[in-house]
Amino acid sequence: MTLVGIGGIVLFLVVVTLVVKPVGLYLYNVFDGGRTWLDPVLAPVERAIYKVGGVNPAKEMRWTEYLFALLAFNLVGFVLLYPVLRLQGVLPLNPQHLPAVGAHVAWNTAVSFVTNTNWQAYGGESTLSYLSQMWLTVQQFLSPITGLAMVLALIRGLTRKNATTLGNFWVDLTRAFLWIALPVAAVAALVLIALGTPQNLAPYTIVHTLQGAKQILPQGPVASMTSIMQFGDNGGGYFNTNAGYPFETPNAASLMFQLTLGFLVPVGLTYYFGKKAGDTRQGWTIFAAMMVMFMFGVFVTYWAEAAGNPIVSHLLQHAVPNMTGKETRFGVAGSSLFETGTTAVSWGSTAAANDSFTPIGSLILLFNMMSGEVIIGAWGVGLIGMLAFAILAVFLAGLMVGRTPEYLGKKIQAYEVKMATLAMIVPTFVILGFAAWAVSSRGGVSGIFNPGPQGLSEVLYAFSSGVGNNGSAMGGLNAASPFYTWTVGFAMLIGRFPMYIPALAIAGSMVKKQRVPPSIGTFPTNGWLFGLLLIGTVVIVGALVFFPALALGPLAEQFAMQAGHLFGGVPK
Amino acid sequence: MSDMQKQAGVIRHLWTALRLAVVFTVIAGLIYPLVITGLGQLLFPAQANGSLIVQNGQVVGSALIGQAFTSPRFFQGRPSATGYAANASSASNLGPTNPTLISDVAAALQGVLAANPGLSVARVPVDLVESSDSGVDPDISIQAALVQVPRVAAQNGLSQAIVLALVKSQERGRFLGLFGAPHVNVLELNLKLEALVGGGGGQG
Repeated sequence: MTLVGIGGIVLFLVVVTLVVKPVGLYLYNVFDGGRTWLDPVLAPVERAIYKVGGVNPAKEMRWTEYLFALLAFNLVGFVLLYPVLRLQGVLPLNPQHLPAVGAHVAWNTAVSFVTNTNWQAYGGESTLSYLSQMWLTVQQFLSPITGLAMVLALIRGLTRKNATTLGNFWVDLTRAFLWIALPVAAVAALVLIALGTPQNLAPYTIVHTLQGAKQILPQGPVASMTSIMQFGDNGGGYFNTNAGYPFETPNAASLMFQLTLGFLVPVGLTYYFGKKAGDTRQGWTIFAAMMVMFMFGVFVTYWAEAAGNPIVSHLLQHAVPNMTGKETRFGVAGSSLFETGTTAVSWGSTAAANDSFTPIGSLILLFNMMSGEVIIGAWGVGLIGMLAFAILAVFLAGLMVGRTPEYLGKKIQAYEVKMATLAMIVPTFVILGFAAWAVSSRGGVSGIFNPGPQGLSEVLYAFSSGVGNNGSAMGGLNAASPFYTWTVGFAMLIGRFPMYIPALAIAGSMVKKQRVPPSIGTFPTNGWLFGLLLIGTVVIVGALVFFPALALGPLAEQFAMQAGHLFGGVPK
Repeated sequence: MSDMQKQAGVIRHLWTALRLAVVFTVIAGLIYPLVITGLGQLLFPAQANGSLIVQNGQVVGSALIGQAFTSPRFFQGRPSATGYAANASSASNLGPTNPTLISDVAAALQGVLAANPGLSVARVPVDLVESSDSGVDPDISIQAALVQVPRVAAQNGLSQAIVLALVKSQERGRFLGLFGAPHVNVLELNLKLEALVGGGGGQG
């Protein structure tokens, strides 16, 4: 670790903290009737979209209707995407004449992009036509705004009183698209181009290198995809090695710009939540709990990667950091910060090879995802997960002192606790269950790349990433094999829908409740005590269940590495 | 609500979903990327087309994409899992206790030592023996360039001072002094080297 490296990380954390309030206020203006300076341009477009869609913006929806509209929208998204991947060979904008995407991978990819996971069982530059990349870009707009709509409904459920409805899904979707996703993505794309990312529709360039060899440089609409991929916390990059590929991220300036983009909406939402709750400290408490866990993760990862692999240091006769799978221009600190960031924000764009991280570094990345992606998390879904934990935390505190738990002045009852627990338990079962299946079946084992405990880490990583709708991978795993396309595909679906249906159910139940004024016995949910309780709940309830699996994977590997032990296996 | 009303509601929502999805697809899938492409080509044509380097009318590479350099005349880049294949990027994905990782590092180390006589093991920078993420990392650390100066100078018949000055002129620092790592771009360094050798009447 160097002072410069630490200084950069600290500066980034400060920047993230500074954007919380302005972004939160902007969200408030967009969704709660305030005015924004984009209104003169966008309001007519909004009205036109409602006309085309047959939407009555004044009509409010109950939670079941809101949920149904959301599911219908995602289903249609899948149906529009899958055929394009299968038919890209005969569709336009395919200068490289790439053939159709195979059925398994196309199914997996369509699910992946609709669920905001962006798990990639393919290498972009060698698999997808420009049209397919542009169609994936559409889902990179639509899946984050779907997540955002979900949290808007939950927040309304928690903050409205004696009501029955949660807002209009189509209105939330349209406003999120027009006022947030589209303008920021457009400006960011231009910034990315200025910093060096290509944006064209030309065929791949054939280059005669200085040594006389032939090199084929991929081209395409890279910047327009990268900007919304990062801003929307999608994570599915244009190229196989994603943000590590120099066209996607040409320099450290571009890396930090992309990292900041991904944090904007998720952190801003915490302030928006506090503002809607009528007490911004409620939002700051949640933000602080997230940031404490994130900071811990960043510094542990950075420490582990800077300490490096003692086996390599022994060979080189001096202590070296771990640079395997890292790009020179980002350095160890930049790579560690980016990887911790994109696993915490349920985002999954990678600027380094996670399979080659040190075991402790991988452990943090895994923990970020196994926490349920609540350490900041993607658009909406991170805050949804954290609010579920908050409900559990007040319930646990209520048990300890023997009072009826309340959150934001509303009584938390058996129904809400059951639903919150459901949202927590389902992903746990899927990660551990699918991982157990993978390591005990031929299809699962044959897809593993690295021998020893690292192999188990690859499998745990795949399902944590799928369920958490993260999308990053330990790249050695054969994600394109039928076993993993289907199992990870189902993990993504389960991670998205059965987790967020309970959230909307909670919203539907809470919205009907009265607000009781705080009394002397009310446990305050704004302040450091609740923040600590929240962190404790995430760590103990959310992640401790994974400890045995982590002990067999990254922890075992760390001890082996320290002892200089290599795992024989059959290196492939 | 009656069952018939519910059914009508279901169909209405699916119909709305389809119509909105088509509108959003047209905006985000066609208008948005095409407008950005147009603006990019207009405002930043060099970057938008891949930062290509053209010499004597021929594209010799992209300033952003690393190339394989094996000749001792040139500065050499990092090991690559793909042999610098830009259209099939990949990392090695080797885990920290994978014997292949260690044998790859050992082999790369032997290669560096053999190519640079007089270089001691303890001075070999890690980026010259560990492979990159993209497989086309265009850069090496300053130290990795410096340890190659004696070889490159001897091979090209230049003085070490000149080659050292060349490396120094190509150094790039951190963003805002805090982010990333100082580095040199290997392709650009070698192009400058070629110009120097060619201009000095060397072997070109």
